[in-house]
Amino acid sequence: MQQMPALKRVARKLEPLAWIGPAMVLIAVVVVWPVIEMIRSSFLKISRFGVVQGSNGTGNYAKLFDEADFGGVMIRSVIWVVAVVALTVLISLGLAQLFNQRFPGRRVTRWALIAPWAASVVMTSIMFKWMLDPEVGLINMIRRDLGLIDALGGADADPLGAASTAMPWLIAVAVFVSVPFTTYALLAGLATIPAEVYEAARVDGASRWRTYWSVTLPLLRPALTVAALINVMNVFNNFPIIWVMTHGQPGYSTATSTIFMFILKGSDIGESAAMSVVNFGMVIVLVAIFLKVTNWKTEVPR
Amino acid sequence: MTSHKAPRRMPNPAPLKKVLIAAGAYVIAIIFIFPYLQMIIAALRPREEQREALYLPSSFHWSAFTEFWSGGLAGNLLVTLEVAAGSTILVLLVALPAAYYSARHNFRGRMVFLFLVLITQMFQPTAMLVGIYREFAQFGMVDSVWSLILVNGGFNLAFAVWILHAYFASIPRELEEAAAMDGSGRFGVLFRVTLPLAMPGVVTALIFTFIAAWNEFVVALTLTTTPENQPLTVALNSYIGQYQVDWQSLFAGSVIATIPVIILFALIERKVVSGLTAGSIK
Repeated sequence: MQQMPALKRVARKLEPLAWIGPAMVLIAVVVVWPVIEMIRSSFLKISRFGVVQGSNGTGNYAKLFDEADFGGVMIRSVIWVVAVVALTVLISLGLAQLFNQRFPGRRVTRWALIAPWAASVVMTSIMFKWMLDPEVGLINMIRRDLGLIDALGGADADPLGAASTAMPWLIAVAVFVSVPFTTYALLAGLATIPAEVYEAARVDGASRWRTYWSVTLPLLRPALTVAALINVMNVFNNFPIIWVMTHGQPGYSTATSTIFMFILKGSDIGESAAMSVVNFGMVIVLVAIFLKVTNWKTEVPR
Repeated sequence: MTSHKAPRRMPNPAPLKKVLIAAGAYVIAIIFIFPYLQMIIAALRPREEQREALYLPSSFHWSAFTEFWSGGLAGNLLVTLEVAAGSTILVLLVALPAAYYSARHNFRGRMVFLFLVLITQMFQPTAMLVGIYREFAQFGMVDSVWSLILVNGGFNLAFAVWILHAYFASIPRELEEAAAMDGSGRFGVLFRVTLPLAMPGVVTALIFTFIAAWNEFVVALTLTTTPENQPLTVALNSYIGQYQVDWQSLFAGSVIATIPVIILFALIERKVVSGLTAGSIK
């Protein structure tokens, strides 16, 4: 009899665990453990076949920073993120404005906009690689018929063959798959702006641009910030576009840090882990910025 | 009187503007579905014309789709299906109780839990690929469909928790209390009242997880080694690198891997943005 209340108290204390426990375990196994394992591996000497050959101190990091391509890879990663996100945001701002208007067939066109968002990035990249094929690619055929290249199959017909032409195409594909989400996020933001605000601007005689610049844009800022940051995260971590279209080649000239990390995994797992930790550090900085900017604690859904 | 005159004097700009807006939107819509239209046209090309520079094939054939099922890629499609279905079931089993409890009860560690979920959403498997590989190698689970289900489940948990959390929180507590007074037990209320009301959220979480796992590439590329155990995304990509490519099967596989998820996604489109930006804007 005396034990019952105590038992009950323990049961009540453990109750949350029964409900959220499975989620915690899954996060621990799939997210937390790999992070620990990755950091641990970055200080180990590991053979190509995964056998640990003892500690390597900071040797993996030293080897990574000494790689001739390391600097170029890091600079390219930054250019990649900045270029893709900036273009995505600019294009999406325009598209959100357009798709916010009423016109016949708006529903259908909005559905069309979904396609690159829903489809696997791998499939989209495969199609772009095919359309850029030096022999049968549709984009090259159009370029030939416009007189921009002489013949199919020539060196100038292989846009993915050289870094100077491949990089813009990779960025274009990344923008292509990022624009739908961003546009939708901005459309959701536009929907929260009350009509009276525009009415007031109209009464004040504000021009269309003036209204956009001083009314719409400031009110759109929360949605814009979140969409941009989510894009930064996605683009930084994006791997399939470059992997499918160029494998980071020729040389490492189109490789970003995630591609470099993956290629290193084939030769030196420890060094690859070191690259991952560097990547991960940058992700943490981005997450911290995200939490700070969005003021997470006060805005968490209740 | 003046209100009658006004429209007549102006050259009626509204319809013209509307036409321009619609035309612009249609052009953009076509640009965004263009690669997928190309995919379908390529799959319907006759085999002889696959390596010819043609804008349109001379005729269309269904054979790529009928032959697909007897080819090797059909096995990869089955793997994709297993991973997507398995991850979806796992996510729902784990996210439903967690989202319900954290929406209804204030317990110690609630904020910690929600914070952890948000962090999980921010991190992507690409950033910790080496760790994931090392961990599952230690478990002896490389090349197993279960490891793909676990990883996809874990990284898609956050979205499901946010969506379900929002739905549960929006259901008035009084509704549950009234049902409880009618004599239903705690779980009776949950299954007969709460869950049916949260159904749109459950469906959204279900479809979103399914699509994300269906499309996943990087983890599968890292954790599978034999071609038969690879999902379609990985199999199709390695297919291109081969010396003799059966382009028809490749495009048929791409269509099968792409078009169904685009249609599924259209069903939940309205709710996805709120799930992805949850935790930051309401």
